[in-house]
Amino acid sequence: MSAVTSAQPPKEVDAGVSFVEEINHLLYAAKGNPINTCIQCGTCSATCPVASAGYMDNSPRRLIAMIRAGFKEQVLKANTFWYCASCYQCTVRCPRGIDIAELMYGLKRYTVWRSEYQEGLIGPSFSETFVKMIVRTGRSYEPVLATSYLFTYGLPEIIQEAQTATALMLKGRLPLLPARIKRLDNFRRMIRKIIPLGEPE
Amino acid sequence: MKTYAYFPGCSLEKMAYSYHQSAIETTRALGVELKELEDWNCCGATAYFHVDELLAFTLCARNIAMAEKEQLDLVAPCSGCYKNAYFAREALLHDPDLAEHINEALAEDNLQFAGTSKIHHLIEIFAFDIGPDAIKAKVTNPLKGLRVAPYYGCQILRPRKGKEDVERPRFFEDIVAATGATPVEYLLRLRCCGGALIITNRMAALSMVRNLLECAVRARADLIVTACPLCQVNLECYQKQVNREFGTELNVPVIYFTQLLGLALGIPPKRLGIGSELVAVMPAIEQALRTEPAPAAT
Ligand code: SF4
Ligand code: SF4
Repeated sequence: MSAVTSAQPPKEVDAGVSFVEEINHLLYAAKGNPINTCIQCGTCSATCPVASAGYMDNSPRRLIAMIRAGFKEQVLKANTFWYCASCYQCTVRCPRGIDIAELMYGLKRYTVWRSEYQEGLIGPSFSETFVKMIVRTGRSYEPVLATSYLFTYGLPEIIQEAQTATALMLKGRLPLLPARIKRLDNFRRMIRKIIPLGEPE
Repeated sequence: MKTYAYFPGCSLEKMAYSYHQSAIETTRALGVELKELEDWNCCGATAYFHVDELLAFTLCARNIAMAEKEQLDLVAPCSGCYKNAYFAREALLHDPDLAEHINEALAEDNLQFAGTSKIHHLIEIFAFDIGPDAIKAKVTNPLKGLRVAPYYGCQILRPRKGKEDVERPRFFEDIVAATGATPVEYLLRLRCCGGALIITNRMAALSMVRNLLECAVRARADLIVTACPLCQVNLECYQKQVNREFGTELNVPVIYFTQLLGLALGIPPKRLGIGSELVAVMPAIEQALRTEPAPAAT
């Protein structure tokens, strides 16, 4: 068995497997220690630029406490992991060697598989749009990505984004056409070996 | 001449084309060849790892396998591409079952991962392979008097690869110093620019950008240099939005370290892509460029 998680939702767990065990299994591939070794010192939260600026509803330390207390519902509906910038500051500073950033990735995948995340977040639909685009062309393309989040913006933000985009366009920094790789047929066959779910379109 | 397989990544095609131009110009001037992978694919950025780790590793493995075919180490100028490729290789090396599974998929494109090519960030080539002394020896326009804030960001340093010190790196300062400019010391040089939050949580990212820029400006930086296209876009292209949202008056140029190097090596600004920024660069560097060109040191 490979240690890496695949595209399928995790199998329904036995009643005997607690939420914290489930989460530790998610992290099996990560090199860090299991979250049970957390001493709740708060280093992760203090060092986190997003939590310390007040944008996370639950800090990383608190999220770990909630997982260990089995507050599954509240954990899955937290914005913490979707607002994690993957900066790995917490990971390199945790005195117990827990890979907290990888935990955030794991929770993102867990909630994407179950389609169970806080409403109104941009992260999940942005990630899905991104993935579909790469499967189609092998390359990413900013203008398509924009459609996955602009509709959530208010008018003032849309105007600011449009001004930035126009300025970039005038400097020749926005692609007008999507790029694609050359061996796209091989590429798609390669992907279908990994996701055996028919056409990836 | 040392040759590397070069994986530019999606951003360098257009948004960060100046990084690509200046990377090619400066490596050539310093005797290193970057040979572009002939059919590279997107590394998956952060988004792919949010959805499916196995597929994300496969995407990275395809690029690595193409470098192996050329028998060259792989160089990525984007910190995100670098981190993804580096840790995908680690994962495949340490998990033979995973490697076998992914190799079955790669066979569809006549490729094979064996782990023979190492992964480097572009800045490592300058910092450790070429080295600050060799750079200094080729400098014809020392950027005297220019105060430059090197911005490391996250993924060149983190996560840790071994036991190295990720809290007190100096290699970026050393590169800046090699150009004759003065490296600015400021607190937030290793702090995150917000990354993809600029899309998924705009206000959080803008506030992170603001803190960083204000910190560098308070330390009297004339200019910030980055080694990642996403950092450059966040710190530069979103400055106007930061000013709008927070009432600040930030106007500090942000360029790639390869552009700074190129200027010191006497390469014309235009060939380094200077002029495609939203915050004008020339006013900050004109004075440094006007000083008498010194003869190349031996
Ligand atoms: S830094 Fe590590 S040990 Fe401390 S609270 Fe965070 S996860 Fe727990
Ligand atoms: S990796 Fe995520 S949780 Fe950890 S410090 Fe960075 S933003 Fe915060």
